[in-house]
Amino acid sequence: MLDIRDLSVGFSRDGRFARVIDGLSYAVAKGETLGIVGESGSGKSVHALALLGLLPQPPGKVLGGRAVFDGEDLLALPESRLRDLRGARIGVVFQDPMTALNPVLTIGRQIAEPLIRHKGMSMRQALDRAADLLALVGIRDGGRRLSQFPHEFSGGMRQRVMIAIAISCEPALLIADEPTTALDVTVQGQILDLMAGLRERLGMTMIWITHDMGVVAGIADTIQVMYAGRIMERGPVGAVFASPRSAYTWGLLQSLPHGARPPGGRLHQIPGQPPDMFALPPGDPFAPRNPFATDRCRVEAPPLRAVTDSAPGHSVAAWYDLPALLGRAA
Amino acid sequence: MLRFLLGRVVDGLVAIIGVVTIVFVVSRLLGDPTVLLLPVGATTEQMAELRAGLGLDRPIWEQYFSYLAGVARGDFGQSFQFMRPALTVVLERMPATMALAFSALGVGIVLGAIAGSLAALYRGTVVEGVVMVLALLGQATPVFWLGLLLIMLFAVELGLLPTGGYDGPASLILPALTLGTFTTASIARLLRSGMLDVLRDDHVRTARAKGLMPGTVFLWHVARNSLIPVVTMTGILAGELLGGSVVTETVFSWPGVGRLIVQAMEAKDFPVVQAGVMVIATTFVLINLLVDLLYGVLDPRIRRRG
Amino acid sequence: MSDFLRALTRGSGWLGLIGLLLIALLLLVAAFGPFFDLPDPTRTNLRARMVAPTLSWVGFGAHPLGTDQLGRDILSRIVAGSRVTLVVAGAAVVLGGIVGTLLGLIAGYFGGWLDRLLMRLADIQLAVPLMLLALMVIAALGPSLQNLVMVLALVSWVRYARIVRGQVLAVREREFVQSARAIGASSARIILRHILPNVLTPAIVVATLELARVIVLEAGLSFLGLGVQPPFASWGRMLAEGRTYIASAWWIITFPGIALMLTVLAVNLLGDWLRDYLDPRLQVR
Repeated sequence: MLDIRDLSVGFSRDGRFARVIDGLSYAVAKGETLGIVGESGSGKSVHALALLGLLPQPPGKVLGGRAVFDGEDLLALPESRLRDLRGARIGVVFQDPMTALNPVLTIGRQIAEPLIRHKGMSMRQALDRAADLLALVGIRDGGRRLSQFPHEFSGGMRQRVMIAIAISCEPALLIADEPTTALDVTVQGQILDLMAGLRERLGMTMIWITHDMGVVAGIADTIQVMYAGRIMERGPVGAVFASPRSAYTWGLLQSLPHGARPPGGRLHQIPGQPPDMFALPPGDPFAPRNPFATDRCRVEAPPLRAVTDSAPGHSVAAWYDLPALLGRAA
Repeated sequence: MLRFLLGRVVDGLVAIIGVVTIVFVVSRLLGDPTVLLLPVGATTEQMAELRAGLGLDRPIWEQYFSYLAGVARGDFGQSFQFMRPALTVVLERMPATMALAFSALGVGIVLGAIAGSLAALYRGTVVEGVVMVLALLGQATPVFWLGLLLIMLFAVELGLLPTGGYDGPASLILPALTLGTFTTASIARLLRSGMLDVLRDDHVRTARAKGLMPGTVFLWHVARNSLIPVVTMTGILAGELLGGSVVTETVFSWPGVGRLIVQAMEAKDFPVVQAGVMVIATTFVLINLLVDLLYGVLDPRIRRRG
Repeated sequence: MSDFLRALTRGSGWLGLIGLLLIALLLLVAAFGPFFDLPDPTRTNLRARMVAPTLSWVGFGAHPLGTDQLGRDILSRIVAGSRVTLVVAGAAVVLGGIVGTLLGLIAGYFGGWLDRLLMRLADIQLAVPLMLLALMVIAALGPSLQNLVMVLALVSWVRYARIVRGQVLAVREREFVQSARAIGASSARIILRHILPNVLTPAIVVATLELARVIVLEAGLSFLGLGVQPPFASWGRMLAEGRTYIASAWWIITFPGIALMLTVLAVNLLGDWLRDYLDPRLQVR
């Protein structure tokens, strides 16, 4: 469905320029749900925006690479073609439902817009369909709701509306950029269930971007852990969770509160700060914070290589052998 | 919504009554018109008689209340200069002032909107620079000087347009342009900064992510959201326009209310001064009321709050 | 202070810098004008009426910017006018600022009927376009310099009061004020020592923007004959006097107008920059 090769994106700030994403390559198969995990600044949102041509071009800039979607290279397409694809074949759900909707237009209108644009419906038809969509995403009383404004909806409901907008034209690919981060936990669960249900119904391929491992566990088939614009580890969710090979993944998993741990214990933390992209040290970007780093890590960036003794599709970018080190430490 | 409106109307009424009072007080301070109205060498009896005739010999409180009562009826008394009802005299000139003010506002809104949008959309390019410089100059240029310059250039040197007076649309051009310049500059600057903010908003990104055509995005998601501060400013601008019309009308010998008031002040013709200021203040209050209403229409978030 | 200077000179501050430089120029001209060997601005010389500008100082009786209809040198009148403008506008802004800030402080701090009364008054005053109000009052009181300053101050107090009141309302409920009250500080002391410093910033921003407005207002009044009276020179008056001679002596109105425009521009530039520097969120309009 989507095949990204060598994507590089840069950012300039105050006259300095940094490569936020360097040579990123991965693929998403049709029907797959890919969960991309990382801290803020890991480049996870940036690359998604770049794919769709929604990256603000100053200060950002796509430096190179290909992103083949269903036979077309998104990065090489003219804006007009991208416009045809956006909303119609690729849907997006953004992070902050409070600001993602236009406060002065009715919800009905905002849902109807892509329908009118891509499906050639009339306003009347689009609004009817919008009412159906609202029901689909779990908002009752859709007919009345259509003429209301975003400020009359709660955060969770606004996000449902965003989802309704994103799936309105039955896109083949749905990109969700931290859709539940701004919501409370109970609402998060509801949205996750909703999305899982929709995915079944519509047979969509999904890319789910988040910083929450728990969310990934709940919804993704494949997990891709990113750090400083690079993939640290990638593979089927079960395999990666059971046997992480990257110290970063391991650190993230350790940081989750465990039921098994005695209460009153301190939560594990990954020491240090996310890197300053404008002043990246050479080698593996995670090395400075990695208790298992070897000297080679600090000098040379490890390539992403398949892990031999785990499920197929599991690969990691590390010079060290984590299970062995963990076994020794235990 | 209704309560909101009613509240505003009451505010407006109170404001108008306040203005009426201020005007009354001030115009009484202007001095005694009898001296000017009678020929030199008039006797004191004649002056007293005139005074009585004009109602100027009664105690001030009486004058005030009968004045208020009169205003409520629409009776501002007779103009000392023209010997006709003051209100009529003023209202006769209103169309001229309104024509000027509306044209200037129209020019300002249209040109200002175009300029401001261009500056916001072409941020960082020459276009924005040029527009901003012109806007800065436009705001700094005193209205009457601009008027004089334009007259000098177009009427005197080039002989294209008349130097003043009120005959035909050609004579409206220069005054409207003069008064409209400040308006254009203010709206351009305001719209630009408002639009720049809106362009950065998330909902614009959402609109683009839907694959909407750029025209749609601009009209419905950018422009529509940028209007609000401009509308608020329109109210303030209306005030400046009405005030600015005073000088502009003088420069162009335009027979409007502003010029009438200035002349009436010189002639100590209170009724006309009072009527004139009242009419202008009332217009201003009405415009602000309209602006508040419009504000409610444009921004649905306000409607509930009122 | 050094950050202030740095902000002015870096990047987008250059506009503010231009404003500041122009104002400095104006102040210099106004202050040191009399020391330059310029002809007396009020001395009429009917033999040298309406001499065209020569833009040079060479030669006796040279008039770089020409002379007006009574033979007075335009350049020196502009210089003299700058002093008048500065003094009148400056005084009006200071006076209006003090009164407005005080009233705003009182309204905001004490609230209640006092606040409502003051705000009503403000609304009423704002219902009349400034120019008209100023016109009326000056015509009533007579156009002396003091009256002019008073009227201009009167016209502007409202803006200060509104903004200051808003700031006071915001600051009043903050902890440090509450603690001062708790230890029994008197209202006056609280207002002066705690609230006032926080309120000064927006007041200063308003002051700079008002300065421009007052300058234009004064010029307008002078233009209509109700402002500065002879023998004082005022740019507005020069424009009024030159009006009859547009066709024959264009310089009479052009140069004072340019001076006016540059001054207002400078104040606007500085004021805008100051507002952005001190608090970009402030909605002064």
